[in-house]
Amino acid sequence: MKNTSTFHAGQAVPLERDNIDTDQIIPKQFLKSIKKSGFGQNLFDAWRYEDEGFPGQDVSLRKVNKEFILNQDKFLDSDILISKKNFGCGSSREHAVWSLLDYGFKVVIAESFADIFYNNCFNNGLLPIVLDSKEIDQLLDLADQRQQIEIDLENQIIFSVDSEIAHFDIDPFRKKCILEGLDEIGLSLTHSEQIKEFEKNRILDSPWIFIDEKENG
Amino acid sequence: MSYTLYDKLWNLHEVTQRADNTYLLYIDRHLIHEVTSPQAFEGLKLAGRSPWRISANIATPDHNVPTTDRSKGLEGIYDEVAKLQVVTLDDNCKEHDILQFDIHDRRQGIVHVVGPEQGLTLPGMTIVCGDSHTSTHGALATLSMGIGTSEVEHVLATQCLKTSKLKNMRVTISGELQDGVTPKDVTLAVIGQIGTAGGTGYAIEYSGSVIENMSIEGRMTVCNMAIEAGARAGLVAYDKTTEDYIRNRPFAPKGEKWLEAINQWKDLISDKGSYFDKEIIIDGSSIAPQVTWGTSPEMVIDIDGSIPEPTSDSMKHALDYMNLESGKRIKDIRLDQIFIGSCTNSRIEDLREAAKILEGKKISSTIKRAIVVPGSGLVSKQAIEEGLDEIFIQSGFEWRAPGCSMCLAMNPDQLGDGEHCASTSNRNFEGRQGYGGRTHLVSPATAAASAIQGSFVDVRDFIS
Ligand code: SF4
Repeated sequence: MKNTSTFHAGQAVPLERDNIDTDQIIPKQFLKSIKKSGFGQNLFDAWRYEDEGFPGQDVSLRKVNKEFILNQDKFLDSDILISKKNFGCGSSREHAVWSLLDYGFKVVIAESFADIFYNNCFNNGLLPIVLDSKEIDQLLDLADQRQQIEIDLENQIIFSVDSEIAHFDIDPFRKKCILEGLDEIGLSLTHSEQIKEFEKNRILDSPWIFIDEKENG
Repeated sequence: MSYTLYDKLWNLHEVTQRADNTYLLYIDRHLIHEVTSPQAFEGLKLAGRSPWRISANIATPDHNVPTTDRSKGLEGIYDEVAKLQVVTLDDNCKEHDILQFDIHDRRQGIVHVVGPEQGLTLPGMTIVCGDSHTSTHGALATLSMGIGTSEVEHVLATQCLKTSKLKNMRVTISGELQDGVTPKDVTLAVIGQIGTAGGTGYAIEYSGSVIENMSIEGRMTVCNMAIEAGARAGLVAYDKTTEDYIRNRPFAPKGEKWLEAINQWKDLISDKGSYFDKEIIIDGSSIAPQVTWGTSPEMVIDIDGSIPEPTSDSMKHALDYMNLESGKRIKDIRLDQIFIGSCTNSRIEDLREAAKILEGKKISSTIKRAIVVPGSGLVSKQAIEEGLDEIFIQSGFEWRAPGCSMCLAMNPDQLGDGEHCASTSNRNFEGRQGYGGRTHLVSPATAAASAIQGSFVDVRDFIS
């Protein structure tokens, strides 16, 4: 039942563990990178490959761990991740969210999320959804049967092909941000006129702050 | 209505309140280094945005630069990944026409040393940098805070920081310091008293006669470690000392504008009767030279003290890591390495303070390595003009090129496994200065005197 207010419809992959931490999501050796993109190939690196990864490697030459669920043929094109309790615990690094997005995930559904990770998701446009364990179990079944899962963010409902599975809660402001495609910067930029106005006055009041630095020194 | 200095700085910069009840605070100055900026520039590009106001941004590489041979420039950075971070900073600055003091520039240095030194840090400003020790700049009556990479991008794109208001704390250090007791000891003593979370949610204004009589360099040392007390910002009121420090700095206003500026800056003090949510008063004359014995800056004690009985698991763990037992006298800790440097203590005054003690003396033969790393190319130049480099070298120190160096050991300057180091930096976390390294935070004077002794020594005895 394709809904007009669908935020995302796709295939889910279950990662049935509690406490998946940011070090597991993206191991520390990849943090030296200067990029926000390109982390996808090392998402869950220690689980996905049989050898130890390091930055700058050609991952196509590495031996893949066929047991790991993301590598199983039937889950290869998943873009919804389903997990259990306390997903994203550990450090505040945004690299974890960047990795999930870069891999192609649009939505992460879990029983609970670590606080900072949850915030970081919204800062980067990845939708985190909290459901209870019974609802999660239902979704896990659907994922296993390769049924499409549909997320209606507007009405905060998750559907399967033929029925409604669950309602979910989300802060109205954050919902608006995700729906309108506004990240923090975008949102602040809706105040551009006020910033310009403020800046104009600041230049008048304290002009020495605005000297062209290149002319000095 | 009376306002605190923090409130005044806030009011000068509040642009608006967003729908989510956070505020947009206008940012006058944005300092950039190589480690936390690449993803922010990349994010900007991916979103098709460009920096709001180019001239607000100033960059310099510091964390990854080598402190030995600088003649090779970029080629002297042997870790390819580290080099790429520095090159990326170069590229981003070129692309956006951002002023950078690059690896070849004689003004290059630790970002928190360079800003004030160049007059890029001016009273009344809001300053941010993707680095927690941005609190340093508060010494010049600015509101300065460290930010994360998403926020770096946000500031680049909007010239604003999205933030909430902090509470006001005042730490008053009254009386007069004893000879040999320095700003580093003051800031460590404050952390020892309020703890590393004591300032969480606050901006700390440092005041009292000790601060009033302190140089700007000293005030920067104090504000630098506000973050180790948990506070995102440290502040000191504007006064004649501030004015004298800024006058004639390269980027400071000149002529008419200077007069206009100092007239405006006069108001950058907390009004009489302004309200502080928390007040701490410390008698300055009671502060002894400080030494940390554990793996958190709050695990600090007087030089003539002994390691305390552990009262928590984290204390036990710290003693284990440091290979120390309770009851052991601080003065009995043997040292392997000495590090004088970092954004806390690498300014000309710090080097003078250490050189004064080292002059005509040799460091102990038991010290494996002692290095001094000036905070910037200009600090280095000044020190050389004053002959300080010679004093250090004669005494057995290695004289290095400017950068963060062994403060966080991202470049090759590192402690060996198990080595004890008297360090003038700001964090004694496990492994911070090298895998298995054991850091003791001290002042430059204590580091120098202890280098001569080979173990910790009370610099007050040393100078009398
Ligand atoms: S000197 Fe140390 S604390 Fe200061 S900016 Fe560099 S790494 Fe950070």
